[in-house]
Amino acid sequence: MRADTSDQQYKYSLQRGTMPLGQFEDIIVFTSSAGMYVDGNLARGKEYYYRLRISGRTGETYSRVYGPFRPSANWYHSGRTNVLIGVIAAALLMGTFVLYGKRGGKLYMRPIAGLQAVDEAIGRATEMGKPILYSAGRGSMQRPATIASMNILASVAEKVAEYNTPLIFPNNDPVAMAVAQEVAYEGYSRAGHPENFNPDNIFFVTDSQFGYAAAVDGIMLRQRPATNLFFGTFEAESLILAETGNSIGAIQIAGTDSSIQMSFFVVACDYVLIGEELFAASGYLSQDPQVLGSLKGSDYAKLIIVTLLLAGLLAIALGYSGFLAWLTIA
Amino acid sequence: MRRQIPIILAFVFGFFMLVQFFVPALTGAYETVVDWTQTIFIFTLLVGVAGMLKYHAEKVSRRDAGYGYNVVTLVGVAVMALAGLIGGRGEATLFSWIFDYMQAPMQATVFSLLAFFVASAAYRGFRVRNVESTLLLLAAILVMVGRVPLGDYISPYFPKIANWILNVPSMTARRGIFVGIGLGTIATSLRVILGIERTYLGRS
Repeated sequence: MRADTSDQQYKYSLQRGTMPLGQFEDIIVFTSSAGMYVDGNLARGKEYYYRLRISGRTGETYSRVYGPFRPSANWYHSGRTNVLIGVIAAALLMGTFVLYGKRGGKLYMRPIAGLQAVDEAIGRATEMGKPILYSAGRGSMQRPATIASMNILASVAEKVAEYNTPLIFPNNDPVAMAVAQEVAYEGYSRAGHPENFNPDNIFFVTDSQFGYAAAVDGIMLRQRPATNLFFGTFEAESLILAETGNSIGAIQIAGTDSSIQMSFFVVACDYVLIGEELFAASGYLSQDPQVLGSLKGSDYAKLIIVTLLLAGLLAIALGYSGFLAWLTIA
Repeated sequence: MRRQIPIILAFVFGFFMLVQFFVPALTGAYETVVDWTQTIFIFTLLVGVAGMLKYHAEKVSRRDAGYGYNVVTLVGVAVMALAGLIGGRGEATLFSWIFDYMQAPMQATVFSLLAFFVASAAYRGFRVRNVESTLLLLAAILVMVGRVPLGDYISPYFPKIANWILNVPSMTARRGIFVGIGLGTIATSLRVILGIERTYLGRS
């Protein structure tokens, strides 16, 4: 609805109501020359009526009632076309390499120091006769980082089962705890030692952030694990955990999806999985050709992103800003 | 069947979550699914608390080393539950008193330990061992000096240098990591949606 506010002796109030003859309330008063208003605070499917109240020195009058208007949502968000293209391109690349891997194509994955060190860390704990502490941080099972952590746990559980080294896993999320118990049991079974699995070692502590940090610190100080593995989503508790682990002389390996917490882990841990290495762990440890294929696909997606970044730099340098506008997400 | 149903559910809901991002008309359905998640979480919390009580009770009954801590936990859970059930959770209740004057200060205490841990981690991280750590130390000194009023007092260039370090080399490295994490997240999500990644399902 537009209001002509050129004549400043009048004040125009846009009013909204839910009945044509019912009560109307002001939603905006035009006091400047701006004359357009988009009413966004509406319930979908409900009917609305509008009118203008025009007030001046001699009194006020009303326009006729316009409506009913029934707001409805669009079936496609045109401002996100660039994201859709990106998702489809990434999915196609990953799908192509997944098929390639499934059909027996050879896929190379560079060695990841943090994951190579997991074997060494488990061996150290076994030699010292001490437990291994595992933490998935504060993440719920909805987070890809927690899913990646469970994939690493499966491999760790398989290895510790062979040596019967205790694996302690205090949890911050009850769903993650249930999943961790299942994943660890599967790992012990694959190693041929399901009898060594102790579900009591994978337990729920609290969903409170610092309550969890205090509990895990307490476990570290009392049980003195030889190895601490931190894989998942971590927040401010990352340094509290990693520094306590450092103070007891445990070998520590960490990986998280938070770039801020990653820097804390770098100073306090022996090995850190950086960026996508956490998500690549599943393929690295299992050598599953389909998982390796998806990693290869994401590598090519990264190549496209780098090419786009360089093209964007060139476009901006040449004074063409349309390219940057197209990449902006609505 | 035990594995097929979760794989189908992961595909349906994973695909729905992807589609709703591009279809505003599905916002209502999305909010309903998020509400379901909250409802399911409450039930899982019950499972978690039941498991936690069992864990601590067994440790107490076996008189494991340090079982006194388990007693404290069990007493804490019982007192908070009874205080909430009998006296309610409003203002000026025993529940809110315990929360305000015991639980919150204890959490704040653990959080405040971070200051000491940052100091010890910084000492270890900034030790001069090689060229890279020397560069790290120099960058850290410039950023710290540039971010305090004293830096500006010494020279107006310090805040500019600090901002340049944070906005150019540091941000460049962070964005590189963001791209990697973003693609890793897409790859993991895609593997779960398509049923390639099944480790999280546990025992077969």
